[in-house]
Amino acid sequence: MSEAERKNEMNRRRFLGNMLKTACGVGLVGLGLGAYSKRASSMPANYIRPPGALPEEDFLGACIRCGLCVRDCPYDILFLGEVGDEVATGTPYFIARTGPCEMCEDIPCVVACPTNALDHDLKDIEDSRMGLAVVIDQENCIAFHGLRCEVCFNVCPIRNRAISLDMQHNTRSGKHALFIPVVHSDACTGCGLCERACILEEAAIKVFPTHLAKGELGKHYRLGWKEKEKAGEALVTPDTEHRYNLPEGMRYDQQGEGLIIEGEAEKTPFSSNPLDTLNSGFMDK
Amino acid sequence: MFDMTTLGDDAIAAKGWFESHKYLILRRLSQLGILALFLTGPWFGIWIVKGNLASSLTLDILPLTDPYVLLQAMLSGVVPETAAIIGVVIVLAFYFLVGGRVYCSWVCPVNMVTDLAAWLRRKLGIRTTSQISRSTRFWMLVLTLILPLVVGGIVWELVNPVSMMFRGIVFGMGAAWVMIVGIFLFDLLVAKDGWCGHICPVGAFYSLLGSKSLLKVNASQRQACNDCMECYVVCPEPQVIKPALMGEKKGLSPVILSSDCTNCGRCIDICAKDVFSYGGRHATKIDECKREGEINRGVRV
Repeated sequence: MSEAERKNEMNRRRFLGNMLKTACGVGLVGLGLGAYSKRASSMPANYIRPPGALPEEDFLGACIRCGLCVRDCPYDILFLGEVGDEVATGTPYFIARTGPCEMCEDIPCVVACPTNALDHDLKDIEDSRMGLAVVIDQENCIAFHGLRCEVCFNVCPIRNRAISLDMQHNTRSGKHALFIPVVHSDACTGCGLCERACILEEAAIKVFPTHLAKGELGKHYRLGWKEKEKAGEALVTPDTEHRYNLPEGMRYDQQGEGLIIEGEAEKTPFSSNPLDTLNSGFMDK
Repeated sequence: MFDMTTLGDDAIAAKGWFESHKYLILRRLSQLGILALFLTGPWFGIWIVKGNLASSLTLDILPLTDPYVLLQAMLSGVVPETAAIIGVVIVLAFYFLVGGRVYCSWVCPVNMVTDLAAWLRRKLGIRTTSQISRSTRFWMLVLTLILPLVVGGIVWELVNPVSMMFRGIVFGMGAAWVMIVGIFLFDLLVAKDGWCGHICPVGAFYSLLGSKSLLKVNASQRQACNDCMECYVVCPEPQVIKPALMGEKKGLSPVILSSDCTNCGRCIDICAKDVFSYGGRHATKIDECKREGEINRGVRV
């Protein structure tokens, strides 16, 4: 091997060695970044993404952290995650207890998003699913004590559909009613107005990301009555209908009312359901 | 070795302080001015530019989008909106013409930090060197573009100090200052131009984007060079100067063609002999340059 060839060989080795070193170093950085990104993509349960946000994993790929949604929110509820926050750096969120989404009809935050991280197909704010409200503390919610509150029910922008009041018997007093707030996931947008309005020191109704708030029925489950509806007939041999031998003028309703004495219905202008009275004036909305 | 205490004295003596810091001042005005445009909204309620460098909207009409961030988003499967596409085309066209790394020296806020570190290094006479290769940034660029494909998110933006610093100033810093201090100390104590010149993939991206750009620094008066070496000392990418400045015998163009050049103009400022000037990429004919030089000298005399 000549001198020049050897020199060439040495250069080549040094070049390859340096390149390998750099590649290894950068590769290690990559592993670190990958691991960090997994950890950084976890979010606290009370951090809620703006309306139209893609599912979290897609969102982190789509959001370029520009903050235009933050700027275009007329109520200034949105923040960008800062380094040290438990949310992916630079991504937008709001905290319902202190600043819930006011559900603007024109959804300016979505319009501002340049990358569809907030889905531009969302045209009706009532279709958004930022999270789901949950009556999380049934021990402290004063409705469960038989006290009249209904604040969450009343501030809900999707009145009586996202949160309804369920009348139950007050077993403590034995003679009063409980008006229990019940959230319906088919209508609740997760805006968090109920959480902010909750009168307790710590809200009894809270908005959580949907995946935390919802259970899921096993895929193999079949609900008999729905299958029956689908089939249009009973899928098992129907029970023979029970018949009572009742005096004349009396019937028995198996499904609800029980014993019916014909001709005895009370004549009153008020509905027997107190919720109808509570809702009067709102029902035309 | 080089005497740091007299660095720049010749230029000040020849041209005066202002003339020998002209582009430095203009760059600071540009960097701070861009920040100011984003800050008048949150600070005074006067909304000129909304958003940040990743994507912005100027006066509610002009969208601008960072092509590097958008590329990462697209690699993780995003189809951008029209505004983002328009914004990215404008930005691409701009840097394609004026030089990609104009972003680094005229826009990027981290540049102020690393320039400060470089200045302090010179003042304190710190001469540490590191083994990190200048090509590391291109490996980093490849890495940041592969990660969205593998992990499925814009991973680099979780730690990118460039966007963190700008976003931090406009929206809230959090603990991002730790990273900025880290870069400062790294550049000061570990490696000269360590971050911007060796590691930063943002600069690497813009360097590639501007590899055929029209605006270049031109050593048009290289025959006047007195080998004082001050341009090499202040240049953040000194390897780009030599072919243009010393290449006359080899018949090399006086134009600094390397896309690593940030078009910062420090070499123009620091040179007492006015060797350098901004010019077009194709102003390569030496005769023409000489003629231009004579005309310039004539004007100056």
